Amino acid sequence: MLDIKRIPIPALIGIVLTAMFVLAAIFGPLIAPHGNGEIIGDVWEPMTAAHWLGTDNLGRDLLSRMIYGARITLFIAVLATALSFSLGAILGFSAAVFGGWFDTLLSRLVDLLMSIPTLIMGLVVLSVLPSNLVTLILVMGILDSTRVYRLSRAVAVDINVMDYVEAAKLRGEGSGWIIFREILPNALSPLVSELGLRFIYAVLFLSTLSFLGLGVQPPDADWGAMVKENKDGIVFGIGAALIPAAAIAMLAISVNLVADWVLNRTTSLKGGRG
Amino acid sequence: MSSSIVKLGAQRIALGIMLLLAVSVLIFAGTQILPGDVAQAILGQSATPESLANLREQLGLNQPAYVRYFHWLGGVLAGDLGTSMTSGQGISSAIKGRLWNTLFLAFWAAIVAIPLAITLGLIAVRYRNGWVDKLISGLALASTSFPEFFIGYVLVYFFAVKWQIFPGISTVYDGMPFLERMQAIAMPVTALTLVVLAHMMRMTRAAILNVMQSAYVETAELKGLSAFAVIRKHAFPNAIAPIINVVMLNLAYLIVGVVVVEVIFVYPGMGQYLVDHVTKRDVPVVQAVGLIFAAVYISLNIIADIAAIVANPRLRHPK
Amino acid sequence: MADSKAKPGLLLDIRNLRIEATVYPPGEPPKNIVLVHDVSLTLEKGKVLGLIGESGAGKSTIGLSSMGYGRGGVRITGGEVILNGRDIMKGGKEGFRKLRGREVCYVAQSAAAAFNPAHRLMDQVVEATLLHGMATRTEAEKRAVALFKKLSLPNPETIGERFPHQVSGGQLQRVMTAMALCSEPDLIVFDEPTTALDVTTQIDVLAAIKDAIRDTGVAALYITHDLAVVAQVSDEIMVLRHGRLVECGDTRQIIKEPRQDYTRALVSVHEIEHAEEKPGATPFLSVKNITAAYGGGNVKVLRDISVEIYPGQTLAVVGESGSGKSTLARAITGLLPPVEGTVTFDGRPLANRLADRPKEDLRQLQMIYQMADVAMNPRQTVGTIIGRPLTFYFGLRGAERDNRVKELLEEIEMGQGFINRYPAELSGGQKQRVCIARALAGKPKLIICDEVTSALDPLVANGILKLLLNLQQIERVAYLFITHDIATVKSIADSIAVMYRGEVVRYGSKSKVLTPPFDDYTDLLLSSVPAMEIGWLEQAIGGRKMASAGH
Repeated sequence: MLDIKRIPIPALIGIVLTAMFVLAAIFGPLIAPHGNGEIIGDVWEPMTAAHWLGTDNLGRDLLSRMIYGARITLFIAVLATALSFSLGAILGFSAAVFGGWFDTLLSRLVDLLMSIPTLIMGLVVLSVLPSNLVTLILVMGILDSTRVYRLSRAVAVDINVMDYVEAAKLRGEGSGWIIFREILPNALSPLVSELGLRFIYAVLFLSTLSFLGLGVQPPDADWGAMVKENKDGIVFGIGAALIPAAAIAMLAISVNLVADWVLNRTTSLKGGRG
Repeated sequence: MSSSIVKLGAQRIALGIMLLLAVSVLIFAGTQILPGDVAQAILGQSATPESLANLREQLGLNQPAYVRYFHWLGGVLAGDLGTSMTSGQGISSAIKGRLWNTLFLAFWAAIVAIPLAITLGLIAVRYRNGWVDKLISGLALASTSFPEFFIGYVLVYFFAVKWQIFPGISTVYDGMPFLERMQAIAMPVTALTLVVLAHMMRMTRAAILNVMQSAYVETAELKGLSAFAVIRKHAFPNAIAPIINVVMLNLAYLIVGVVVVEVIFVYPGMGQYLVDHVTKRDVPVVQAVGLIFAAVYISLNIIADIAAIVANPRLRHPK
Repeated sequence: MADSKAKPGLLLDIRNLRIEATVYPPGEPPKNIVLVHDVSLTLEKGKVLGLIGESGAGKSTIGLSSMGYGRGGVRITGGEVILNGRDIMKGGKEGFRKLRGREVCYVAQSAAAAFNPAHRLMDQVVEATLLHGMATRTEAEKRAVALFKKLSLPNPETIGERFPHQVSGGQLQRVMTAMALCSEPDLIVFDEPTTALDVTTQIDVLAAIKDAIRDTGVAALYITHDLAVVAQVSDEIMVLRHGRLVECGDTRQIIKEPRQDYTRALVSVHEIEHAEEKPGATPFLSVKNITAAYGGGNVKVLRDISVEIYPGQTLAVVGESGSGKSTLARAITGLLPPVEGTVTFDGRPLANRLADRPKEDLRQLQMIYQMADVAMNPRQTVGTIIGRPLTFYFGLRGAERDNRVKELLEEIEMGQGFINRYPAELSGGQKQRVCIARALAGKPKLIICDEVTSALDPLVANGILKLLLNLQQIERVAYLFITHDIATVKSIADSIAVMYRGEVVRYGSKSKVLTPPFDDYTDLLLSSVPAMEIGWLEQAIGGRKMASAGH
């Protein structure tokens, strides 16, 4: 039903790259030439046939570290996005459909949270919380859910006042039908593209935190932490830090391309025809 | 200037002050009431019961939270941001120079980014759907996907290491001559500009396009006005409010970018200071700096709102 | 290069005009479509030519071509536009700028959007005159004030000091006409200048425009979809359809002796015969002393309304915007529970709130909306849209449901093939038909029709009205028909309620309501509806008892 030839080139590139990253993350231990913490050579060796990306600040194989890093980066970003999305979308939809004090209370709280830049609030909270993956995922997910909440509430409020929803209410439909059959299908395309954006944001936010030394803690390392480990090499002209940084950029761009394409496909109101 | 504008502006400012108070509660709560023992977190698992008790005493943790909050707030309002736990020094005096450095950096980034973004936005509108427009929106897509440190280190790698035009580390000190200081901040300013440019430009483009597609611009064209006169007399007065709004929102974004950029270039500003003390779990410093960042962010948002109110003819000339 | 063939006195001569546009359907390569196919027209100095047609007929596009202007991607790709003896297409951008605002001026449909909110009216009115160096500022302002007077604007001396948002819609439309006249052009393009106005306001603006045209001797292209309106102001009429010329002739010929079927259909669009039925013994819906309000009872939008509907008959509720007619529908359906009064349905009282009504009551009372596009879930197929009430009320599923959906599709004259289509794949009229089928699916006793034909082109609207009347015969369903259009009321109603500012000012059987003596408002409303007759406007203005209601 999905014709590969009809997928535009940019989307195809996005899909291939994203798939590559995901496969690398899933099959990491099988494809990585060396262990994550295994020291195999000198510090910051250049790229060679044996070590495709060279070695890092402790003499570990950079390619292997990148593959393990993909695992951690994607794992945390996916879980944080899932949390922010389910939390934000469920609360946002409920606020729009039920309204009243529930809506007012939640919306004011979200306004308040959003009046502090996410990174600053993240830093403030991380200064007292224990540094571990659970904290990281919870902090990222909850802070980011405010944005999902705003979007889903706005989308649902817009749809909720449409005549077709009124028609369903006049027919006597219950809130289950109204939320899942009338509102949700129409809210899907902005939400799907938002899902892509939120994931990219989660990757960037995680990388930034790790880069600042507040995210994933050694000996584990996501890509942001790898930039931090290798940044001192830059002044000596060693580009090892740029590799994980570029990987983050590439992942973000490819997801963006896929999200754009999905958005275009799902906005068609003719069931994919014509 | 009519009274309704003054009233709306005053309302907005009052709302902002209330928001700021609420934010101070949130920041305080975020560091004090969350699960986990702050003293334990600071000293680590190996701490002795005595040292824990001492630290609790020192932090005033034996008092109820609201007493500590009002004590803290009273100090902040009087200009006393508290004492750093790690250095034992007053935070206010430690921050002064750094705040100035950060504002200096952000100021120059804004001076470069705003005219550049608006000009590029105008060009994109002028040649919309042409290759220039597509190139600009392509770059915008790319740059929103780039982490700040990627941009920063690419700049360092080429400009500081390969070509050695600018220093890779932005050292500034008191009494530094202006030109030297400008040279020191050239790279962080560039990095910050690149961070906010794309977004600012895309939003400017959208704001102007919105105005250019309105019926009154068509009316002006049908009066025989030149393209330039249409933009100057009819589009610009209406686009100004949304553009100010765009600029302010992105300046707010800029103050977040500043945190990362300062760390990249080891620039002695507020961001660097905040990150250092988060790592050291120096809660009073984190609270103080977090509050200052939030205050700047909220003020920029208020200015954006007030600009929109002032620029709206419906509010300036009520019925 | 003066055209040798140009007749003296000929102002505008458009020959074989071809206009194309590029459209960008999402996910497909851009493609060219032809909007206007080789249309020619001529206009003499001081004459008015009416351009009439339904949406998509290309009438605005042709009007704007006289200024060398194409809206968003619209290009003139063939033919000549000869204005004052020269082909303006050869003048280039500079040439267009010199003629716009000086030789040809434009009056838009929505003056409220066409005035710049940031500038005072006077600055905008004299702008073109000053730009083209036609007068000094003092002269131009004097001229503008004189025009404001001529167009009977209130406070002509000071209205120019105001900003657009401080002036009502009907007045803005007249200010815009003054703006067009200020630089003393040879030609004005009026693009549906009264369409957005209420009917009682429209008549004043129309009269003002007509007087101004007569007194200044300017020529005009008058674009509208309403043949009765254009008949009042133009010397000649040109009928367009799908970008092609249908018929062109003088006004009398077009409305009295149309040659083409399409024109004949347009002329007779309002002539649906509907014999009035006498009210039966007992009404099955009676609304008693209903008062409704928004904002917690503060803003009363309905005051003490009482009306009755008899089985199988139609009650038309007629009024202008803000009269509360749609609020009445919301009160009856329970969407806006009335603060006082009762609704009795089939002998039993209806719960005030929608949530308190049993399913059976909801089934008996269905609704059709003005905008069919937004009244249907764009993500559901026609089959689901019509089928859901069948499942919901009668528990029909599978083949049984599909068969009934097909029957309903036949009933609305659409055919079974539509069952798998999405709303986006239907035309405006088809969408409204599907909405009708959805309402019928519940086998209701009453359908509330809220402005169901207002958003449709006249001929399509006509088809919908005929369908509704047919269905009433077959299903014996009653209608509460809400509309602002008296002509529609005449074609469909058995009884009529006239609403004005939240109250019913006149109520009774159709013949009674439409027979004099009238109260002042009904008189105004009835006399404001353009009749397809030459000279109607003057008669109507002369014979009015009450000044225009709005503004």
